[in-house]
Amino acid sequence: MSIYSTWGALEIGLIFGLVALGVLISFRVLNFPDLTVDGSFPLGGATAAILIHHGTDPFLATGAAALAAGFAGMVTGWLNVQLKIMDLLASILMMIALYSINLRVMDAPNVPLITDPTVFTVLQPEGLEDYVARPLILLALVVVVKLLLDWFFATQVGLAMRSTGSNPRMARAQGIRTGNMVLLGMAISNALCGLAGALFAQSQGGADISMGIGTIVIGLAAVIIGESILPSRRLMVATLAVVIGAVLYRFFIALALNADFVGLKAQDLNLVTAVLVTVALVIPLAKQRFRKKRS
Amino acid sequence: MLSAQNLHLTFNPGTPIETQALRGMSLDIPAGQFVTVIGSNGAGKSTFLNAISGEQVVDSGAVLIDGEDVTRQPVWDRARKVARVFQDPMAGTCENLTIEENMSLALGRGQFRSLRQAVREEMRVLFRERLAMLGLGLENRLTDRIGLLSGGQRQAVSLLMAALRPSRILLLDEHTAALDPRTAQFVLDLTARIVAEHGLTTMMVTHSMRQALDVGDRTVMLHQGRVVLDVSGDARRGLEVHDLLAMFEKVRGEELADDTLLLG
Repeated sequence: MSIYSTWGALEIGLIFGLVALGVLISFRVLNFPDLTVDGSFPLGGATAAILIHHGTDPFLATGAAALAAGFAGMVTGWLNVQLKIMDLLASILMMIALYSINLRVMDAPNVPLITDPTVFTVLQPEGLEDYVARPLILLALVVVVKLLLDWFFATQVGLAMRSTGSNPRMARAQGIRTGNMVLLGMAISNALCGLAGALFAQSQGGADISMGIGTIVIGLAAVIIGESILPSRRLMVATLAVVIGAVLYRFFIALALNADFVGLKAQDLNLVTAVLVTVALVIPLAKQRFRKKRS
Repeated sequence: MLSAQNLHLTFNPGTPIETQALRGMSLDIPAGQFVTVIGSNGAGKSTFLNAISGEQVVDSGAVLIDGEDVTRQPVWDRARKVARVFQDPMAGTCENLTIEENMSLALGRGQFRSLRQAVREEMRVLFRERLAMLGLGLENRLTDRIGLLSGGQRQAVSLLMAALRPSRILLLDEHTAALDPRTAQFVLDLTARIVAEHGLTTMMVTHSMRQALDVGDRTVMLHQGRVVLDVSGDARRGLEVHDLLAMFEKVRGEELADDTLLLG
């Protein structure tokens, strides 16, 4: 693996660290299996790309992308809370709707961002190669987001959200409007995925309608890998674990694709992902069996 | 204080599994009274409690708490006035959260929740003081996940949680039924202590006739969604379990007689 691809893996891994944090909120905190992510990630990318392409400030464009994706998540929550559509189905409906919406947003299957300024070109310090600067900028951002989430989940509202996912009946008996908590949580979760999409588009030179395919699987993979290497019920540990999981996941992928003797090519990416997730899911079980055998 | 007026509630109306859970349930409870509620399975005890807490919305009738009509209010709006302990020890607490986080949730019952830190040092002092009351050593385990506690311990903490914030009504839904006899007695004693200390208006559903007579000031028997027996004061003091059983049989017997009349 070259130095270049190592920094590259770190960069993409950190971007998907944001997706992993979003997935952690929906799947683990709210207990809401949410596939909207496959649509809100490209929505973020599309929104940011089209705005930057038309001359909007890249920071403003990135913020707008997160807001748009957060709104999409809120709609999924609304379908579930207000219209009583089953959570998984509500998110699938939203995901499929977003495919069309994303095409509308971009008005084309893709929007290239080759010469336009991005948050990375603006923030890049003098004398630092761009492929080194981008992961460092992302690392700072991901750390800030992680700390913000840790703070939020320790507040009264954050605690109310956690109780909504853990025991909604009890939460309601304590006066918590659980429906509002689902809307808020889904908005935050998808806003993070939209932010990731916006940064992905700016780091990869453009947005594409197919960039969202499999995002949820990667997010889940990160959560599962993170949980199996740093198992803890504490949310502060979990927010760290899933980011590490996302970065590790990208390293595994880069390793697999770069090892010539394996003979894998770029198009095998999703297959490798599926195998990796399966392995990560089986490891805890295998560990248990191993321990039982020894004792 | 609490007034339930002619409550009617039918589940699955118009289907073969139609159940009339409440059929004209009426009950008035003055402030500070401790009422025990008994009745056979399907008598409407849990449904009645759910109708008061807001988990079930009644088809007709009215629920008044402190003179305010809350019949159409959702659970979270009634939470300001109503505290609850469930039958299932797992139901009243969040097992993924710590003891102090669960208590903080209860301390905020019915209150506006802001972006302030949920567990603060002054709260910990209060939580420790209350937990020490249990004599279970839980005051030293504030940051333990509540899922690590036994059913009895969780039920005891649930009771403390219900009393953390002043409420008008305390609803106990067979809250000792899932516990072993010794723990059940412990939780029951704790209940009596907390209710007396805070002067709570309380309604306790129980399966045990003994409990129903020993605890509280008034006993109500439900049958087929109605109050069929209501005793307090001297009349109640003289009652024994077999008296209660006899009354229960009589109520059911009368009904059978009614049926024979109808069928005849």
